[in-house]
Amino acid sequence: MSLETASPLAPYPRHGSNAGQPITRRDGELKVTGQATYAADNHPEGLLYAVCAVSSIARGRVTHLDVAAAMAHPGVVEVLTPANRPPLALDPNVKHGPFGFRLEVLQDDTVRYANQPIALVAAESLEAAVEGAALLNPRYEAQPARTGLEDGQRYAPAGVGVGAPPRTAHGDVEAGFAAAARIVEADFETPAQFHNAMEPHAVVAQWDGDRLTLDMPNQALVMSREAYGAFFGVPGANVLIRSPFLGGGFGSKAILNGPQLLGILAARHLKRPVKLVLSRAQMYGPVGHRGRTWQTLRLGLDGQGRLTALRHRSLAATSSFDDFLEPAANASLHAYASPAILSETEGLRLDIGTPGPMRAPGEASGSAALEAAMDEAAEACGMDPLDFRLANYAETEPGTGRPYSSKALRECYAEGARAFGWAGRPLRPRQMRDADGLLVGWGVGSALFPCPHFPAEARATLRADGTALVETAGVDMGQGAWTVLAQIAAEALGLDPARVEFRSGVSDLPDAGVAGGSGHTASAGLALHNAGQNVIARLTELAAADPASPLFGAGNVGVTARDGRLHRRDDDSRSESYAEILARAGQPLITASGRMARDEEAVQSWAMYSHGAVFAEVKVDPDFGMVRATRLVGAFAAGRIVNPRLVRSQYYGGMIWGAGFALHEAALADRRTGRIMNADLAEYRVPVNADVPSLEAILVPEEDRYVNPLGVKGVGEIGITGTVGAIANAVWHATGVRVRRFPIHIEDLMGG
Amino acid sequence: MNRFDYIRPATAAEAIAAAAQPGSAYLAAGTNLVDLMKTGAARPERLVDITRLPGLDRIDWSPGGGARIGALVRNSDLAYDPAVRRAFPAVAEALLSGASPQLRNAATLGGNLLQRTRCAYFFDTASACNRRAPGAGCDAREGENRLHAILGWSEACIATHPSDVCVSLVALDAVVEIEGPDGAREIPLEALHRLPGDAPDQETALAAGELIVAVRLPPQAAAVASHARYLKIRERTSYAFAVVSAAAGLDLDGTTIRQARLALGGVAAKPWRARAAESVLEGAPADAATFARAAEAALAEARPSGDNAFKIELARRLIVRALSDALAGTPGQPPALPASPFAAPAGARHVA
Repeated sequence: MSLETASPLAPYPRHGSNAGQPITRRDGELKVTGQATYAADNHPEGLLYAVCAVSSIARGRVTHLDVAAAMAHPGVVEVLTPANRPPLALDPNVKHGPFGFRLEVLQDDTVRYANQPIALVAAESLEAAVEGAALLNPRYEAQPARTGLEDGQRYAPAGVGVGAPPRTAHGDVEAGFAAAARIVEADFETPAQFHNAMEPHAVVAQWDGDRLTLDMPNQALVMSREAYGAFFGVPGANVLIRSPFLGGGFGSKAILNGPQLLGILAARHLKRPVKLVLSRAQMYGPVGHRGRTWQTLRLGLDGQGRLTALRHRSLAATSSFDDFLEPAANASLHAYASPAILSETEGLRLDIGTPGPMRAPGEASGSAALEAAMDEAAEACGMDPLDFRLANYAETEPGTGRPYSSKALRECYAEGARAFGWAGRPLRPRQMRDADGLLVGWGVGSALFPCPHFPAEARATLRADGTALVETAGVDMGQGAWTVLAQIAAEALGLDPARVEFRSGVSDLPDAGVAGGSGHTASAGLALHNAGQNVIARLTELAAADPASPLFGAGNVGVTARDGRLHRRDDDSRSESYAEILARAGQPLITASGRMARDEEAVQSWAMYSHGAVFAEVKVDPDFGMVRATRLVGAFAAGRIVNPRLVRSQYYGGMIWGAGFALHEAALADRRTGRIMNADLAEYRVPVNADVPSLEAILVPEEDRYVNPLGVKGVGEIGITGTVGAIANAVWHATGVRVRRFPIHIEDLMGG
Repeated sequence: MNRFDYIRPATAAEAIAAAAQPGSAYLAAGTNLVDLMKTGAARPERLVDITRLPGLDRIDWSPGGGARIGALVRNSDLAYDPAVRRAFPAVAEALLSGASPQLRNAATLGGNLLQRTRCAYFFDTASACNRRAPGAGCDAREGENRLHAILGWSEACIATHPSDVCVSLVALDAVVEIEGPDGAREIPLEALHRLPGDAPDQETALAAGELIVAVRLPPQAAAVASHARYLKIRERTSYAFAVVSAAAGLDLDGTTIRQARLALGGVAAKPWRARAAESVLEGAPADAATFARAAEAALAEARPSGDNAFKIELARRLIVRALSDALAGTPGQPPALPASPFAAPAGARHVA
């Protein structure tokens, strides 16, 4: 693996820069030696163990729980049911706050999905709590579960995803179809998928009067602090969330959920610390998932293979009581040039837990369908799929015509194709075999992800000894925030990262916003950058005003901060160390804050996206229909790369997820009961090493002067987009079979 | 998890006496039983830990070349034993195609034989399952049953046995040595697992307290050593149970098949010895036409138990491939991906 810095030199002077270097994880040693503490590793004195009892029906009412049997079990301390559940300060049936969801917190005896919490058992040991929950032996008044297209209730939603409109139209698609030389239309189906973070949702809750301490994996520390406080009628400032490490989140740990609230409630009720950890199976319901979609793509094409119209319709499943809809159709809004684009989403209410954002929500499932449909269109036009995409390259943002702040997608196509060896690919399917007779196919997909930013704040403190402390309530769920955010701060301070202490992962630090939307590095990074620059500015004032300093009077010409010293910009030989400046000024430290800030005019004027191209080779056994993605090459352009090692790791993770989406992942709900029948990691399949034998991520240089002052875009989610379609298209190229329902199964490819 | 007694006997006799009591279960590595206890699908009242019993973790060889494999021999130790690999390569390949290295380092041969079905309705205590709760019904029958049985199933149960190594062992006429309250006995492995009929809860021929102490492979089973493969179709490249699998062995006299061994996995509630197919093969020329006829014979009685008709055709194709691969010869080195079509030996035929 090459670890060169892919980014060009930053567009701003970055003397003494360490950003751009592939340094390893600052928390790596803790993790590989088992010293990194995850939420459930905390065992405060007097701890009780709480376990949810969950429903085995998807719709109806709990009519009886054998509370006496559970209470009689040795070690069981309390059973909470709707009959005795202490009050909450907020109604869980109402959506609260920006990411508010309706929650199941034992507010009544109704059951709205399988695996819904119906009671909580607290005990002196985990084993006693589990057995207590089993002894509840619930009886139900069940109603038929609505589990599919046949019995679900369709409705017109007010919004999709997180606040996007359910219908967006650019131009006149009907006119575009009327003018088309040919029309390609295809239906796609994507399954329910579950985040399945390695670390289950957990909480260790401790009350001290009206102050609450929560050890829990959390993707949005300060926002969650307020939300948890509100549910318990205490100020957010009274709630301390400690989340130094997350074993994955993928969107499922940014949102409140019923089980964790119940654990906190039990701790207050019982006046003892309480630990609650969901079992793997219990993660299939109350903590979100990627909802099922049924999508239809309709593409109008002119004689030269250019889109005349693009219509993307999606029917998206959600729960009977809340409204998160996978925004799959919106994936077609920004991808390709077309004079007319229409995206439309309809909702389908089922008796399931409410879906939520899951890594690349909408972009993953929508680009899967779009990229497969684009491949079908290329075939219809008799064109190479890459040439076809280039023929429909969007020079400006489709629909709005805004220029791109940067878009090195053409370079991604070229670099990826060269590394993959795309040239010479036969146009027709089923043309290639390997030495063992396996069918070989090549496919391509375009990758795209927007650049959302979140409000964020940070604080930087320069100490008398010339070291620094930087602080923000950042979130490291495995992506490397401990490392990358510290790099950005160290760069702003002109210090080696080893001389920067970074505090993060606790909610009483400045708000670092949400680790989501691939926006954490940009958002929290900007806040740290500005905090660091503000410290340096004040240090400069001290030095420039001090006649004893070699930098005296440098206020106008300015200074550069490098390796713990300020240098006159016009005379590098005149410099002074931070420690010397502080000592002479008699200041023990300098502290300054910073916040995420962008040029709002630029945000409005420019279209901002990360881009990429993924090339896939699959081999298919011609008799058995078994598929293996034997080579994946992704080339991505995402602005300035702060740490190529970690960015590559994000791309790898995304591409592997894409392989799982295409070939493995699906929750299997029993049509009659709505219960998920493969709620474990043996039967809910994600890729293993043998499924992704060759993986390459190319970091295509891209300079972006507008996206934000750091030039940083997001890398966390884009790897999934493009990959699913690339693999499906490669499967077609290998076999001649278009499989439009994910994941692709062996019987889809067995032929006659 | 229910409260249970835990007993760690020092001798087989003590173990058998303890396990003969109702509600007992033997515990070896626990790679399957403990999972079932966590979901509540198994609720033993007494665990009899046999891992400290002496002498059950050895592989002994008879002068004629047969092997006696102790019930506590770990899957990894068995798979990587050079003599086992030489004499019974399909056993090693089957073992290496299952689970993960971590699990194989823990799991034992006896436990592998006695592992329970992976049918989701068996695991899910809210579902009706005649195997777990006699008379409850079978929710798999009209449920999510894409991967269920195609042979030997009944209206009462359509589950499959998930073992890989049992498939190779049953093809090689393995014998199970049993000790019990009434003394020692031995039965063919083929007779250990029972088809469901109307009593799917009667999973094996073992009586209460009976303990598998060893599995014997007869010397004759080594006759196919130079032409033996295990091949497994699964839904990811590794770490998945078989959709369908096959163990195939050929003993050739020139181009004629002197003796054939064929068994299927993932198709029935037991490892399925395909004797009708072996009859077709024996004495016939070792060629594609013969293999196709054998495949037809092996699946003659097959019928779908749900959304799984594709498994019948898949099994036919798999048999042809496994026999073709066996004809090509046992690989000198174990394949990088054991039992996988993605690790076919160079030059092996693939029929499009």
